[in-house]
Amino acid sequence: MSKDAVLGAIRRGLGRGALPDHLTLGLRARLEQHPRHLIPARSRLPRPGQVALFVANVEKEYGSVVRVAGFDAVPAAIASYLTAQSLPSCFVLAPHPELQAIPWSACPLLRIRTGRAEATDLVSVQHGFAGVAETGTLMLPGTPDRPTTLNLLADTAIVVLRASRIAGALEDAWDRLRAEHQDRVTGGFMPRNVMLVTGPSRSADIESTLELGAHGPRRLHVVLVDDDPAAIG
Amino acid sequence: MRATSLAFKENAAQALGDARLQKALVFTRPAFPSRRAAAVAQLPEFERLREIGRDIKDHTLANLDFYLETWAANAERAGGQVHWCGTADEARAAVLAICQRVGARTVTKGKSMISEELEINEHLERHGITPVETDLGEYILQLRREPPSHIIAPAFHLNREDWEESFRASHTDLPADRVFADRRAILAEARARLRARFLAADVGITGANFLIAETGSSVIVTNEGNGDLTQTLPRVHIVLASIEKVVPTLEDACTLLRLLARSATGQDMAVYNTFSTGTRRPGELDGPDEYHVVLIDNGRSNLLGSEFQPMLRCIRCAACLNHCPVYFTVGGHAYGWVYPGPMGAVLTPSLIGVDQAGHLPNASTFCGKCEAVCPVKIPLPDLMRHWREREFERRLTPPAARAGLRIWAWLARRPAAYRLVTRAVAWGLGRLGRRRGRFSSLPFAAGWTSGRDLPAPEGDTFFARYARERRAGRI
Repeated sequence: MSKDAVLGAIRRGLGRGALPDHLTLGLRARLEQHPRHLIPARSRLPRPGQVALFVANVEKEYGSVVRVAGFDAVPAAIASYLTAQSLPSCFVLAPHPELQAIPWSACPLLRIRTGRAEATDLVSVQHGFAGVAETGTLMLPGTPDRPTTLNLLADTAIVVLRASRIAGALEDAWDRLRAEHQDRVTGGFMPRNVMLVTGPSRSADIESTLELGAHGPRRLHVVLVDDDPAAIG
Repeated sequence: MRATSLAFKENAAQALGDARLQKALVFTRPAFPSRRAAAVAQLPEFERLREIGRDIKDHTLANLDFYLETWAANAERAGGQVHWCGTADEARAAVLAICQRVGARTVTKGKSMISEELEINEHLERHGITPVETDLGEYILQLRREPPSHIIAPAFHLNREDWEESFRASHTDLPADRVFADRRAILAEARARLRARFLAADVGITGANFLIAETGSSVIVTNEGNGDLTQTLPRVHIVLASIEKVVPTLEDACTLLRLLARSATGQDMAVYNTFSTGTRRPGELDGPDEYHVVLIDNGRSNLLGSEFQPMLRCIRCAACLNHCPVYFTVGGHAYGWVYPGPMGAVLTPSLIGVDQAGHLPNASTFCGKCEAVCPVKIPLPDLMRHWREREFERRLTPPAARAGLRIWAWLARRPAAYRLVTRAVAWGLGRLGRRRGRFSSLPFAAGWTSGRDLPAPEGDTFFARYARERRAGRI
């Protein structure tokens, strides 16, 4: 069966032929305007409140957050987190320029490999594109400098996120992607992969009881870089 | 999956006598509704969002051809290949052709209900390709050769001892006397097993919760991360999606995602909501080289334009199952096909025929809870009633039931006769049962009295009492 046959069956069901141009124009306009629907009021807060809501929601979903004053403080924050969790001090790092510019040599004990994650990696450090306060969600687009495997393969996933990148609602985060990203293949904004991640991997398949660390990371840790003076409450 | 819906009554009787199943049902029953209620209570806009969700899906269905064509053009622009399939046979052939062309030996699979419709695992196995279910629940069901009993919690009918038993029987390279200290130990064993499978697979097959017309994306919603590993690690990603999954824009998807996880598991968001759009881009370090979407009708277009069209709004959250007294009495397998519970009672006759599945829309108390919790406001009891009507029209209802219905219909349309008969019956039964106050057996009513007593009427009908109270000016 072909495309035409499937579309024909749909049109027979709907009791009409292909839509006339004046109607598809209206539908195209809806796609271009992509209107928002009702946005829950919970994330409509002043900046400090939005950041606090993001942190609270990440923690509610069994993730953890540490706030640091700047990128320079990231290596020490990660080193002390790894020590506290009794994890080895080596990790795989996203090849994102912002992460590559961090002065990692300040913590000489950290052993860092840059690239995609392999099955043997225990810890990964990813670059966060945006956070969503509404639900404590991280938006992680899969791009050459933000490999998707970093979100999935390691037991412990660490995400470095700037506080200025925390949006209120999910739609606000998509708007940032629409504005800032251009896909080289399609010319549109959508990358090959966008993961919205809310907490560490889990399953309730055994006796409807929640256990963390099903196939993805058992731990999700956000290092929040306070680059936004307005967000510090 | 071969349907056993015709044997629903026998299936249900068996389920009621299955002590292990009943234990699991009793254990799980309270959890689902309370989780949803807690999440909904935290979102004051929830009711309004349900109306918007319904409207988004209605708008999309009314323009389904346009949105599918738009979606397909955008998916192809991103390097995707779209395979339009009218039937399950065509979809199976499309999947197999891709797997054979790339020389696939093993295929990992994320959870997908439409793959159950297609019986894709059996099809691949017949052609020498090994499918590996990677969702934890689906994994144990594959070991046990059982179908899922729930659309989002496929193995909730199993107890911990069932898991341990199956793992011991299947993972024979591990010490047979190993101890599973807790559920986490069971999970850890499955995780370790499946990690190797993810890395070795040649093709990954996932379902799709949504397709986004605007961007040409497919979306999966999971908690485990297995779907993401399935679609990220192998060289080829195949998405199985039915035609009604498409929505116009990301904003439309945002609204539906707010409804989906809350209705399903009581989460604000599932852990992984992943949007896939085409193949690995130049310079990317991971992602598939081939991205296929097998787009499947398999009977859904027949619902368009019929009274059953609202069923195509369904976003597969399982809230209707989770709140259904019938589902939680007999479990999912009794329904005899892929989709159980109230949504299955409407969808199954639509897809495999009311002659095969006529019992399902009858297996309802019409308590209305399913409609009350449906995130896209599908009038499930109404749709079940429509199936009962069709069943009656097509003379599929048993003769005794038809005769009973016909007598009742004759009376119900003649108020005077109805009152006369009910009055006589109420008076007669009232006198007969005055001493005990109840009946433990009655002619023509064994279906009721074999399971419980019928209270004796107090000698009067509602109408008579209503008229008397009105006359007395009390109402």
